[in-house]
Amino acid sequence: MENPLEKVLPEALKQPSQHTRRKFLFKVALLVNGAVGAVLAVPVLGYVLGPVFRKQNGENFWVPTGNLQQFPPGQTRLAQFRDPNGTPADGQTRNLPCWVRNIDGKRFQVFAINCAHMDCPVHWFPQSKLFLCPCHGGVYYQDGSVAAGPPPRGLYEYRYKIVGDQLMIWAGELPTLSTAARLRRPGNSPCLG
Amino acid sequence: MSGIKDKAYNLYRWFDRRLGLAKPITEAAEHPIPASSASWWYVFGSAATVILVLQVMTGILLALVYTPTARDAWNSLNFLNHGLTLGWFLRAMHGWGSDFMIAIVLIHMSQVFMFGAYKYPRELTWIIGVFLLLMTLGMAFTGQVLRFDQDAYWGLGIGASIMGRVPIIGGWLVHLVLGGPDIGATTVSRFFALHVFVIPGILIGLVGLHVWMVLRLGINEWPMPGRLVRKSTYVREYEAQIHKDGVPFVPDAAWKDATFAAAIMLAIIACALIFGPIGPTGPPDPTIIQTAPKPDVPFLWIFALFALLPPKLETPLILIAPVVAILVMLALPLYAGEGEKHWSRRPIAVLMLMVVAVSIGIFTRLGATAPWSPDMNGWSADPVQPQYLKGRTPLERQGALVFQNMQCRNCHALGGLGGQRGPDLDGVATRMTESQLIRQVLQGSGNMPAYGNSLSPSQTTALVKFLSTMKGYQPQAQNDANRLLAHGVSPPRDKSQDTAK
Repeated sequence: MENPLEKVLPEALKQPSQHTRRKFLFKVALLVNGAVGAVLAVPVLGYVLGPVFRKQNGENFWVPTGNLQQFPPGQTRLAQFRDPNGTPADGQTRNLPCWVRNIDGKRFQVFAINCAHMDCPVHWFPQSKLFLCPCHGGVYYQDGSVAAGPPPRGLYEYRYKIVGDQLMIWAGELPTLSTAARLRRPGNSPCLG
Repeated sequence: MSGIKDKAYNLYRWFDRRLGLAKPITEAAEHPIPASSASWWYVFGSAATVILVLQVMTGILLALVYTPTARDAWNSLNFLNHGLTLGWFLRAMHGWGSDFMIAIVLIHMSQVFMFGAYKYPRELTWIIGVFLLLMTLGMAFTGQVLRFDQDAYWGLGIGASIMGRVPIIGGWLVHLVLGGPDIGATTVSRFFALHVFVIPGILIGLVGLHVWMVLRLGINEWPMPGRLVRKSTYVREYEAQIHKDGVPFVPDAAWKDATFAAAIMLAIIACALIFGPIGPTGPPDPTIIQTAPKPDVPFLWIFALFALLPPKLETPLILIAPVVAILVMLALPLYAGEGEKHWSRRPIAVLMLMVVAVSIGIFTRLGATAPWSPDMNGWSADPVQPQYLKGRTPLERQGALVFQNMQCRNCHALGGLGGQRGPDLDGVATRMTESQLIRQVLQGSGNMPAYGNSLSPSQTTALVKFLSTMKGYQPQAQNDANRLLAHGVSPPRDKSQDTAK
């Protein structure tokens, strides 16, 4: 059986009968280079994949989203918060919007601005008590459940707590169908969501 | 005079003695091609290469000023547009160059497909071409993100939400694409690295291979019906043909390539001068939600598919269809590497190309108009026209108010004004009875939300009474003589009646 490598190898390496010290050293050098490459690949891959494996556990992602007086009972209002992951270079993208629904003065719902279909910003219409999405026409009721259109689930909700007169939410991640679970379960693995 | 000539020749000799490039370059330029291939149909590949050079040059010039951070990118784009001499023109050239490049690459690909040029021995040239198409689209998408405005910000959200639909690793992919858990500085800088280093590097390398193979394997001959490609005989036949009627690429074919490339460059310059730079739209501030994000033209058809696919099919189709489409394109020359090249003997190929082209064209057109998007300002911007209020009872007019205030207009048009997500309501009373209207309003269905919780019984009654008057186009009745008399005006004479007398 003919060795397919025969055709591509340089002339000097073809004949196994002519083993020389230089050929051996060349092969050793190739092996060493391979090993160096493999060692180098670890930090390179670690750097590139860094954002994927960044630990979120134990960090404080509670951010204030406004004074309670901004949210009258029975109404839904647009609020803002600062991205807890933000850096100064984020500029305007560090300020994020959300919809705060004050159900009865005690209970709240804080919805992500992002439509569950394609993450476009939903608008609240208080008269018809509906959220409408401008992209593909997703519609949600006031409690965030799907009313019509293509969204595969209701609006993403942030976990909230009241500290003094501040409404705090657990934020820090763009909600998508895969990442939404973490909004509600801080510190837990996404698999539990 | 001859002294200068001699000196120049000596200088040339000095360099070529060391570089040794004159001979291979001359050979490549003059390599023989079939006389039939010196055609205007064979100019698209070289035009795409020329546009690539334009994109690299304008890109480098833009990078002198552009600031790749989420904080400053939008400001630097505006500085380029307004604060810098001819900065707007370079942005316009780069933006229009991108659209032209995609168009030319697609035309080039269609031509190669129609002429059967992907068949033996040029299979790998086609396969690399498929990757070149993907890289070109990758440049378009990353470039759209670098134009970091409102559309770019929400476009990233759309990209992330598609990644988020991948099972199991979706969450990781989202973080990998965004460079973190959220859209921000690391997102822009990684798209900058992709757009400026990674993809262009791959693109230029693959273009080199692509052109090298074109030179090595020869330019495809003009297909003739009945002349079949066989692996055993093709190369011999091709060489015999070149021997018989071959012409040198330069100048016999190259003058057409050069002329077409110049025409395309003039077209890009004209677009840049007339239409100006593309964007930026509003600032990338997520708290400004008064926006209807839309992707750039090359991706509008995908945007349309998202709106028109049945929601249940969406995720599997979005994730699987592109993979299948790319695999089919890659496998094409391996499956159909022999046989007929001429389009008149390949009806299925012609039909496939037409169906794909027409579909993408239609979906692009739909994406540009986006009739499925609610008109967010319809309820406050589009008035109820007088003809819908004329002769209506107070209750029905109250219904018209409910119709406006409840944002019905955002999805339903009256008299051609308003959203097109739902059906026009001009003739709704001819399609539905009053009780059907009540049920539809209160319970909704399909793409319409239920209004049972937001409408009071009296509002519902008024709205339905108003809708029940919508009987479509009706020719106006005779003049309302009583009303005119009551106001003391004599009714205008009907001339047709006069003549009848």
